[in-house]
Amino acid sequence: MFDNLQDQLQEVFDDLKGKGRLTEDDIRVAMRRVRMALLEADVSFKVVKGFVSKASARCMEADVLESLTPAQNVIKVVLDELTNLLGETDARINLRPNKHPNVIMLVGLQGSGKTTAAAKLAYLLKGEGHHPLLVACDVYRPAAADQLQTLGGEIGVRVYRGEGTDPVKIAKEGVQCAIDNLCDVAIVDTAGRLHVDEEMMVEAESIKAAVDPDEVLMVVDAMTGQDVVNVVETFSARVDFDGVIMSKMDGDARGGGALSIRESTGKPIKFISSGEKPQSLEVFHPDRMARRILGMGDVVSLIESAVKVQQQEEEAEATERLRRMDLNLNDFLDMNRQIRKMGGVGKLISALPGGDKMMAQGQVDEHALDRMEVIINSMTKEEREKPDVINGSRRARIAAGAGVTVTAVNQLMKQYAETRKQVKKMMAAYGDMDQAHGKKGRPKKGKKGKKGGSKMRRMPGVGGMSLADIKKIQQMME
Amino acid sequence: MGLFNRFTEGLARTREAFREDMNLLMNRSPEVDEDFWDGLEEALIMSDMGGYSASTIVDKLRGEATRKGYRNANDVLSALNDQIAEEFVEGGDKILGGEGSIVLFVGVNGSGKTTTTGKIAKQAKDEGRKVILGCGDTFRAAAIEQLEVWAKRADVEICSRERGSDPASVCYETIERGEEIGADLVLIDTAGRLHTSADLMRELEKVVAVVRKRANMPVYLVLVIDATTGQNGLQQAREFNSALELDGVIITKLDGTAKGGIAVAVSHYLKLPIVKLGVGEGLEDLKDFDAHEYAASLVGDFGQTD
Repeated sequence: MFDNLQDQLQEVFDDLKGKGRLTEDDIRVAMRRVRMALLEADVSFKVVKGFVSKASARCMEADVLESLTPAQNVIKVVLDELTNLLGETDARINLRPNKHPNVIMLVGLQGSGKTTAAAKLAYLLKGEGHHPLLVACDVYRPAAADQLQTLGGEIGVRVYRGEGTDPVKIAKEGVQCAIDNLCDVAIVDTAGRLHVDEEMMVEAESIKAAVDPDEVLMVVDAMTGQDVVNVVETFSARVDFDGVIMSKMDGDARGGGALSIRESTGKPIKFISSGEKPQSLEVFHPDRMARRILGMGDVVSLIESAVKVQQQEEEAEATERLRRMDLNLNDFLDMNRQIRKMGGVGKLISALPGGDKMMAQGQVDEHALDRMEVIINSMTKEEREKPDVINGSRRARIAAGAGVTVTAVNQLMKQYAETRKQVKKMMAAYGDMDQAHGKKGRPKKGKKGKKGGSKMRRMPGVGGMSLADIKKIQQMME
Repeated sequence: MGLFNRFTEGLARTREAFREDMNLLMNRSPEVDEDFWDGLEEALIMSDMGGYSASTIVDKLRGEATRKGYRNANDVLSALNDQIAEEFVEGGDKILGGEGSIVLFVGVNGSGKTTTTGKIAKQAKDEGRKVILGCGDTFRAAAIEQLEVWAKRADVEICSRERGSDPASVCYETIERGEEIGADLVLIDTAGRLHTSADLMRELEKVVAVVRKRANMPVYLVLVIDATTGQNGLQQAREFNSALELDGVIITKLDGTAKGGIAVAVSHYLKLPIVKLGVGEGLEDLKDFDAHEYAASLVGDFGQTD
């Protein structure tokens, strides 16, 4: 999502790294480019101005310029300032456990993705054990309530849609409906409104006054341009929202708006929403985002998404097999599927340091996994369990079955052998580690093994990468 | 001033904001100095024109100012209007105003495709054309219902299928039905999709291929862009253009304070004409595009006013 900004900043930093000593002029040139990169990323002009002057001032200080690695320090300064800009701590939504119902109200411009975000939020809360109710207060856009109803039906969340055209009344009734149905959270989806539309802003104020929300969230499209500051400032003044949901983060918008909101209104970004699926609402982590913008990789989020898709029982078996230091083609297939669940090779790679560059250069083939799966699916059960039985004539048969050349099958087998070797090596290393840990405390042992398993899983998907990158991943995981 | 009176309030806000900036600039001194150029570039960037477009325009103006010996900032600003108008490409008239045509509206989610499609249907119907609507958005919840409401408002026939069906086949049916009733304007709404989603872009390519193959009239592809979109709008246009070869662009939601500078960048870089401007929620809030008017609305007309 921040790829373009990232590319440009990385270019600037690469240039700086090439220099042993930095002069004030170097900094000035670099900062000028940082400024342009941020502007092209739709960061608000005023924010850019402030950011660049703060960062330049810090970079000009003697301890940066005269240090042994000035370029590194410049990057650190920019990273710090970016994190500052995005807000230093994670912000959560405030739900009061003893209040029924908690009311969350969503506001925003037309087409920013409020209705979709409402459904996603409901899904997220449902997953956390709440009983949300969706209230459809958009009485203007044709079929808006139908949309919410459909989405609610898909995720199994009740939707209240009132009669008539008075959104304030519908909102009130919605909250009452939540009480009647023992729902502990009511999510009020309002109509899209322009911040300059006085009548509509008054309506938003009245809805707010009527339902007394515990949390007002503003949904902002990640693609919004320079106008974002005007928009959020007005909304902030009129309905005083508590936080922001950044929507459409799956596009390639550079998300400069995200950088500007915090700075200009002091309101934190609480969630980022990407994609159409109900589960694609994530808590926003400013520090990780800052690192990601600078191309330092978002390994923590990657690990988290890996953890999410871990299925314990499946894993236990695989870990067992890995412990025997062996790996058959079924495991290989499993791993590939796990990677796909994490968002595919593309997401995996781009979350790694420098990964975005590789993606852009086309070094990573996103469909490699699909082809692998096709080939493995063309094998017999026996062949998958004992890959050693695969001889020349079997290879020819598999190739014909999968509709690929024998070379492709050979390649797969080679990759498999490579991965297997790696796993053996790593398991041996972990075996040693386990023994060391075993002396300290036994209960931890099982857990360690599992973690080892999850590390292993990532190996085959990186088929298109060099060994050096695999090493990097290993380092990052440790 | 006649120019402005006709123009909408939405764009007037843009203009005022820019003029405020410029007035501040001129208050300092009417001289054409470094501060002036920096300030001008700033103001252009604030209109969402993008850093590169802004510096290109400023550079061109600088050249002109030196050549023609402009001393006064006012002279430069009146040249600015022409310079911006020049960035636009002509030729969007044939898409909606010509003989019979089939028009597909494409764009990212929430850019205003369905609303625009509905408004155009109403306008064309009022002009006495035979219009049929096709609901190619079979994905978003309630998109079909939304377009149906518009069809009723415009009093035109609509062709749709249940949610989740193949959009290409809906388009095929729409064209077929259009032929039967003798429609001379077929308007097809498609599902919103992010230009980064390869699968959805391929789906759209297929839809377009089917339409082109079945079409009995020229087919035009129009990208709908939200005016509040920043520099990503250019990226969107690039991707859609390279996948589908667009014929024109419609800018929507110009009634906010959005500057709509992105129109300049898109039209200039991709050589695409601007077909219409959406300036509000009402049925009538769809305006024709005029390059000079747009430029004037973006930066004001310093040569003639005050």
